Amino acid sequence: MAGGAASGGSATTDTYKEARTWLLMPAWVTLSILVLAPVAMMLVYSFLTKEFRGGVIWEFSLAAYDQFFCDRGLFGDEPCTIEWTYLQIFWRSIWQAGTATLLSLAIGFPTAYFIATRPEHTRPMWVFLITIPYWVNLLIRTVSMKFLLRDQGPLNDFLINIGLIDSPIHIVNTNFAVQLGLFYSYLPFMVLPIYAAVERYNFSLSEAAADLYATKWVTLRRVLLPAVKPGVIAGCILVFVPSMGSFLAPDLLGGAKNFMIGSLIEEQFKGNAGNWPFGAAASMILMTMVLVLLLLYARQQARAEKAEG
Amino acid sequence: MATSKSAKFDIKTYGGFKAITMLCLLVLYAPLVVVTIYSFNASVSLTNWEGISLRWYVDVFTGPESEKFKIAALNSFVIAIIAATVSTMIATLAATAMIRGGKFKLRTVSFGLISLPLMVPEIVTAVATLIFFNSIGFDRGLMTIILAHTAFCIPFAYLPISARMQGVEDTYEQAALDLYATKRQAFTKILVPLMMPGIISGFILAFIVSLDDFIITNFVKGAGVETLPTAIFGSVKQGMKPNIMAISTMLLGVSVLMVTISYFVSKSDNTK
Repeated sequence: MAGGAASGGSATTDTYKEARTWLLMPAWVTLSILVLAPVAMMLVYSFLTKEFRGGVIWEFSLAAYDQFFCDRGLFGDEPCTIEWTYLQIFWRSIWQAGTATLLSLAIGFPTAYFIATRPEHTRPMWVFLITIPYWVNLLIRTVSMKFLLRDQGPLNDFLINIGLIDSPIHIVNTNFAVQLGLFYSYLPFMVLPIYAAVERYNFSLSEAAADLYATKWVTLRRVLLPAVKPGVIAGCILVFVPSMGSFLAPDLLGGAKNFMIGSLIEEQFKGNAGNWPFGAAASMILMTMVLVLLLLYARQQARAEKAEG
Repeated sequence: MATSKSAKFDIKTYGGFKAITMLCLLVLYAPLVVVTIYSFNASVSLTNWEGISLRWYVDVFTGPESEKFKIAALNSFVIAIIAATVSTMIATLAATAMIRGGKFKLRTVSFGLISLPLMVPEIVTAVATLIFFNSIGFDRGLMTIILAHTAFCIPFAYLPISARMQGVEDTYEQAALDLYATKRQAFTKILVPLMMPGIISGFILAFIVSLDDFIITNFVKGAGVETLPTAIFGSVKQGMKPNIMAISTMLLGVSVLMVTISYFVSKSDNTK
């Protein structure tokens, strides 16, 4: 509530309430025209007929979704059976993104916890250290990763030099390389929300558990973890969602065999071999999945808040 | 803080978490450090180390690809300046309405709309924007990149600005209003100057996001228009060469420098 002028300062006020429509207008207009309208147009395009040199013919068609879900045999005249090609690509994307998320959680949780238990004045510095790499160009980070992991790259050189391995390990162009790349790309997103949750955590709860002879690991699992769960879930979503739709990591680190949704979509809009309605349909399916996930998360958050309040 | 107690009885400390944190930082920084080191490699091959040299930096500026990189860098810079400036202005106005505009019905909707570019996967935004420009017959080129970046940068500018505004109390604005300043004057003469650290930090983040963007740019750029990331991607696809290391290191340096500036600006306190 607005405290009013008399009772000292307040940050959330209604000072500019007469002007707020005008203040918000630029944001509304820009985002409606450049984000909302495009998404709506994408939905429309996914129901159009493809033109053979890229683009569309304005004729209603379910062909894009049919191609995605239905296998109609060699000549396209058989009844619909499930088409596995694209579902498999989706499944691989989920699998890769899921593995990358778990990997990030395994490294990100202890890191976030460690930072949140540092002396208060040093915490911003730690957080800053974790966020810097995020602001470096994703393309450059992915290229760097590829350079590091190559058969003749510094990592293999190092491992051979210290005598751990005799011949280089092939990492680039494997599923694992893509998982590593995704993990590396979005790791800061895992650390930050968990850090925020642990920082708010009341450690006297842990002390109480310790007084009741709970071991440290039991305290971690049964007391701390339930309390910071919202942060953990937020971190997982923030890593999983961009990983699902990523294009650079699978393209540069995975090679042709490790195709993910991002590459499938990109291919539909490059050159003459593309299929715009199909690309639009695949994008719609990806976006729907992500939004459903976010909606479930928002509902869970709301329920958690209600339970707390 | 339980720093004096021994680790065994300190319930806050878990053995191994520090080591994992160091591993985390190593993973985050190792690829960047390695590329920076190898950008100074005198060798033509990527693999052998033949001593320190600046030859690949010279190559970026004078070599056979220098013209391409120069144009791409100029494009990237112009796009980032325009997109960051416009999105920062839009975000500042929106933040004022959201934080200092009282409660209103469309507040949640507005916040959802502003954060939409962060929630939709980037490749979907890219496809949608390409389709949109195509459907209205807008020719792809520099202009389409600028428009797409402006919209995409709004949430990145909005977040630090609104965070700052939530930390600035309205006592000075109220004092100005009590002294018969108009609301417009209170906004331009008091609130905006107080908000400057947040606005600068928002501008810088929007600038970096635009400068670094590859996916959206790759979709909405016209044939022949290149920004630095798309030019680098094109070169990498033809095989990695040492000059890519040099140009990447420079771009990396710009980003790190700007984030550091943004960090210190946003921490500075000018409300006293």
